[in-house]
Amino acid sequence: MSVNYLNEKKGLTSWLFTLDHKRIGILYMITVFTFFLVGGVFALLMRLELFGAGETFIPASVYNQFMTFHGAIMVFMVIIPGIPAFLGNFFLPLQIGAKDVAFPRVNLLSWYCLIVGSIVALCSLFFNGVDTGWTFYTPYSIRTDNGTLWVVLGAFIMGFSSILTGLNFIVTVHTLRAKGMGFFQLPLFVWSLYSTAIIQVLATPVLAITLLLLSAERIMGIGIFDPKLGGDPVLFQHFFWFYSHPAVYIMILPAMGVISELITTFSRKTIFGYKAIAFSSVGIAAVSFFVWGHHMFVSGQSEWVGVLFSFLTMLVGVPTAIKVFNWVATMYQGSIKFDTPMLYANGFLFLFVIGGVTGIMLATLAFDVHVHDTYFVVAHFHYVMVGGTLMAITGGLYYWLPKMFGRMYNEFWGRISFFLIFVGFNVTFFPQFILGFMGMPRRYHDYVPAYEPLNQLSTFGSWMIGLGFVVVFFVVLQALFKGEKASSNPWGAVTLEWQTDSPPPHENFHKTPVVGKNPYEYS
Amino acid sequence: MSTVEAKPHKVAHHFDSAEQEVAASKLGIWLFLCTEILMFGGLFVGYAIYKRMYPEIFLQGSTFLDWKLGALNTVVLLVSSLTMALSIYYAQKGQSSKSTSCLWLTLLCGFIFMGVKYIEYSHKLHLGLAPGAFFSYTETATLQGLPLYFSFYYCMTGLHGSHVLAGMVLIFWLIIRSHKKHFGPSYYTPLECVGLFWHLVDLIWIYLFPLLYLVE
Amino acid sequence: MLYLLINSAEAAWLPVAATDLAKEVDQLIYFLLEISVLASILVIGGFVYFSIRFRRKSEADKPPAITHHYLLEFLWSFIPFVIFMFVFGWGWLVYDKMRDHPKNALEIHVYGQMWNWDFVYKNGRKSSRVLTVPVDKPVKLIMSSRDVIHSFFIPSFRIKQDVLPGSYTALSFTARKKGKFPVFCAEFCGAGHSSMLATVHVMGLREWEEWLVKDPYKGMSISQIGESVFQKSCTACHTATQEKRIGPGLAGLFGAKREFEKGGSLVVDENYIRESILNPSARVVKGYGNMMTPFAGLLQEEEMTGLIEYIKSLKIEQKDK
Repeated sequence: MSVNYLNEKKGLTSWLFTLDHKRIGILYMITVFTFFLVGGVFALLMRLELFGAGETFIPASVYNQFMTFHGAIMVFMVIIPGIPAFLGNFFLPLQIGAKDVAFPRVNLLSWYCLIVGSIVALCSLFFNGVDTGWTFYTPYSIRTDNGTLWVVLGAFIMGFSSILTGLNFIVTVHTLRAKGMGFFQLPLFVWSLYSTAIIQVLATPVLAITLLLLSAERIMGIGIFDPKLGGDPVLFQHFFWFYSHPAVYIMILPAMGVISELITTFSRKTIFGYKAIAFSSVGIAAVSFFVWGHHMFVSGQSEWVGVLFSFLTMLVGVPTAIKVFNWVATMYQGSIKFDTPMLYANGFLFLFVIGGVTGIMLATLAFDVHVHDTYFVVAHFHYVMVGGTLMAITGGLYYWLPKMFGRMYNEFWGRISFFLIFVGFNVTFFPQFILGFMGMPRRYHDYVPAYEPLNQLSTFGSWMIGLGFVVVFFVVLQALFKGEKASSNPWGAVTLEWQTDSPPPHENFHKTPVVGKNPYEYS
Repeated sequence: MSTVEAKPHKVAHHFDSAEQEVAASKLGIWLFLCTEILMFGGLFVGYAIYKRMYPEIFLQGSTFLDWKLGALNTVVLLVSSLTMALSIYYAQKGQSSKSTSCLWLTLLCGFIFMGVKYIEYSHKLHLGLAPGAFFSYTETATLQGLPLYFSFYYCMTGLHGSHVLAGMVLIFWLIIRSHKKHFGPSYYTPLECVGLFWHLVDLIWIYLFPLLYLVE
Repeated sequence: MLYLLINSAEAAWLPVAATDLAKEVDQLIYFLLEISVLASILVIGGFVYFSIRFRRKSEADKPPAITHHYLLEFLWSFIPFVIFMFVFGWGWLVYDKMRDHPKNALEIHVYGQMWNWDFVYKNGRKSSRVLTVPVDKPVKLIMSSRDVIHSFFIPSFRIKQDVLPGSYTALSFTARKKGKFPVFCAEFCGAGHSSMLATVHVMGLREWEEWLVKDPYKGMSISQIGESVFQKSCTACHTATQEKRIGPGLAGLFGAKREFEKGGSLVVDENYIRESILNPSARVVKGYGNMMTPFAGLLQEEEMTGLIEYIKSLKIEQKDK
C-alpha cells in the first residue's frame, strides 16, 4: 500500500497530536460514534420505561436523568459535531483542493474542547447527575439540587469546539480554494458547511454567555433569571433559543449538503438548480436567527411577537421546500443506482418531507398551542434530526468510507442496515405524532392508560433502530479489516476528493488540482 | 529588502504564499472578534432589558461606583491601545527594540487597569455590595432590587476583566517573541491579531464605563 | 393516580372537542393534515416514481445535463409560499380568539406548584386537582406559579398556557360539554411532572353555584378533613403507606426517629410535622432532596390540624403472611 495519511506516522501520540485535518476527522468520528452509542442506550432505556403505564423499572427521578443525558449527549456531542466536524473536517479541504484547513492547530484544539467539555459534563454524574432536560429552563435549573452546573459548564466548553470549527471553515473556504474554483464552483456540501459555519460563529457565543450567566446563577445566585430575586425566567428561554434554534440548522444544513452530493453521484447527473440550493442554504442560515420565538408561543410572550415569529418561521419553509424539489428534480431522467448511500439519501428525503410538513404545522399558531410540548413535537424533531441528520451521517459514512479507509463495505448488509433503521424509525416515531394529537405531553415518565398501545409500538420500533445501528457498526468494522480494496473513485463521482488516492496522501493531492468547470459536470 | 528578523518566518506548509497566510489570519481574527461582540452582546441586551424594567435600581446602583476610578481606567486602556498600535508601527518600520518597549508599556497599562479593578472590587465586597444572593449591604437604605444591579456590574466587568487578563497573557507571549526578534517588516501578523483583540477589549470598556458608572 | 381520564381519548385520536374554539382548531388541524398528506404524497410519490423509472440500465447511460428551469423553480417556490401564508393567516385568526379574554368572564385563580394545581374562586372557595366550572359560561383563569414554570394544558379545549413564577398569565374558555376533562402539566417541572394532573369538571350552572357555597368539610371528622387534604395536595409525592415516592411514605412516621441531612435527629411529633409542611427546607430527612414547596399560608387551621391527625393515624400495615 502506498504512503497515505493513515500509515504515514504510527503510534497513539501521532494521532493525539496530529494536525492533519483527515486524522482529526477520524478522531471526531470515533468520538461522535462513541457518544452516539451512549446517547442511544439512554434512548432505549427511556423507551423501555415507557413500554407500560406506571413505573416500569426506573423511578421518575432516574428517568428524567436519562432523558437529560440522552438529549444533551445527542445534541451537543453527536449531531452538532457530527457532520461538520467529522465529515466536514475530512472532506471540506479535499473538496476545494486544499492541503489542509486554514488553522490546523485550532482544528486540533477544537477537538480537545469537545473532549474536555464532555468530561466536565460527565463529572455531573458524581453530583447526582442532572435532570433539567437539555434545555436547562430556569428557574427549575437553578432550584434543582444536583450536578447541573457541570453539564452547563461542559456545554459551554463544547461551544468553543463548535465556534472554532466554524471559524476555521469560513476562513478555509475564503482563502484556500484551488486555482480556478470560484464560489459557484464549490460543491454543495461545502456551501452547506459554509452556511453552517456562519451560524456556528454567530450564534454559539450567545449560548456561551447564557450558560455563563446560568452558572453564575447557580454559584452566586445573581438573580438575572430567578424570579425570587427580581429576574425574568422567560428571558433565559429567549437567550437559549436565540442560539438553539439556529443550532437546529447547524444540525440539518450539513445533512442537506451530504444529500446533494449523494443524489447527484448516484443519479450520475448534474444537480438541478445549483444556485438555488446554494443560496437557500445561506437563506436558511440568515432567517434562522429570527425564528427562535416559535418555541415560546405559549410562554406568555405577547400575541404580536408570536404572530411575527410564526410568519418568519413560515419563510424558512420556502428555501427548505426549494431544496427538496431540487433534489427530486435532479433524479428526473437520471441514471439512478441504489447503492446503500443512495438508499439513505432516499430515506432522508422520505423522512425529511414528513419532518418538514409537520414543521409547517407547528409554525401555525393555533395548531401549535394544542401540540406544543407534546409528543407531536418530539416526533417532529426526531423526524428532522434523526430521519434527517442521522440518515445523512450514515449515508455519508457509507459513501465516503472507501475514500477515508481505502476499503469497500459489504453492500448486502449495508442495505439490510438501511431497511432496519428506516422501518424501525417510522415504527418508533410515527405513533408519537398521534400521541401528540391525543395530548400526551413530552418528558413524561408515566402516562394515562389510553396512551399505552402506541407507546408499546414505539418501543418495539426503538429496538429495530438499535438493531439497525448494530448492523451498521459491524458493516463498518468488517469493511475496515476485511473489506475489498477500493479504487480511487468507486462511484464515478466528479467532485475533487475522488481525484486523489483512496485513502488520500498526507497533503491530499499529489499535484494541486486546478479547476476549470462546474462541480457536477458528468460527461 | 533586508529584514531585521533573526529567524525569517516560515509559511505553513498548507499555504501557497505568505499573502495567503496573512489573509487567512486576518479573516480568522475578525471572525473571532465577531464572536466576542456577540457574547458581550448577550450581556448588553440583558442590561438594556433590566434597565428598562428597573431604572431606579440602576440609578441608585451607579451611585455606589466611583466614576473617577472608572475614568482613570478608561484613560489607562486608551493609552494602552495607543502603545499597542505603536508597537505594530515600529515593527513595520523594523525598529524592533522600540516595538518591544511599547509592548511592555501596554502590559504595564494592563496591570494598572487590573490593580484599579482590584481596589474597586475589594472595597465593594468589603461593604457587602456582592452580587445577587450574597448581597449584604445594610449601611444605608437601598432599593429592594439593588442586588440585580450588582449582578450585572460583576458579570459585565468580570467577563471584561477576564478578557483583559487573557490579553495580557497574549501580550506577554508577544514580548517573548519580540525579544527573540521574530517580528519585522515582513512578518508581524501575531502583533496585528493580538492588537485587534486588545482594541476590542478596550472598546468594550468604553461602552461599559458609561453604562455602569454614569447612569443618569 | 390515574383515576382521571374519564371521557378523553376513547379512540386513539384527538380528544373530544369540548369548546367551540376547540372545534375551530380541529378544522385547522384537519386542513393542515390533508394538505400535508397531499404534499407528502406528491413529493414522495415523485421521487419513488423517478427511482423506478430512471434506474440505471447500463453503465453507459448518459443522462442529460438539466441545470435549471426558471418557471418550475418559480412555481415551486411561490406555491408553497402562498400555502404557508394561508395557513399562517388561519392559524393567527384562531390564535387571536384564544388570546381574547371576554370582559364578563368568571375569573378563577390558578396556582401551580411542584406538583399540584390549586384553584381559588372569587367567594374564597378553594379546590385542588379539580377545577369546577359552569357550562356555557366564559371562564378566565388567572394563573401563576409558586416555584418553577408549569404549563396548564387542557387537551379537550385545545388550549395551553405556561404558568410562570413571579407574574400572571391567563387562559380563557367557554365549555360547551358537561363532564370531566383531564388537565396536564406540559412544561417539565421535575420528578413529579407526569403526575401533576388535574381535572376540569364542567357542570350545570345551578349545580355549580351549589357546589361553590358548599362547605367541603361539612360533617367530616378532623382526621377525615386531613385525609381529603392529603388526597388533593400530597399524593404527587407522598403515599399513605411506607412506599417512597419523591418524598417519604407517611405510614408509621409519627413517633419514629428521623435523621436529617444537616445532621441531628428527632422523634417525629406534631411540631415537626407542622414545620415540615410549612417550611420543609428547615430539616430535610436524610436521603431526600430539598424538593418540597412550602405550604405556609396555603392551609387553613382546620386543614393543618386535620393533616396532623391524619398522619398520626397512618400505621404501618401488618404483613399478611
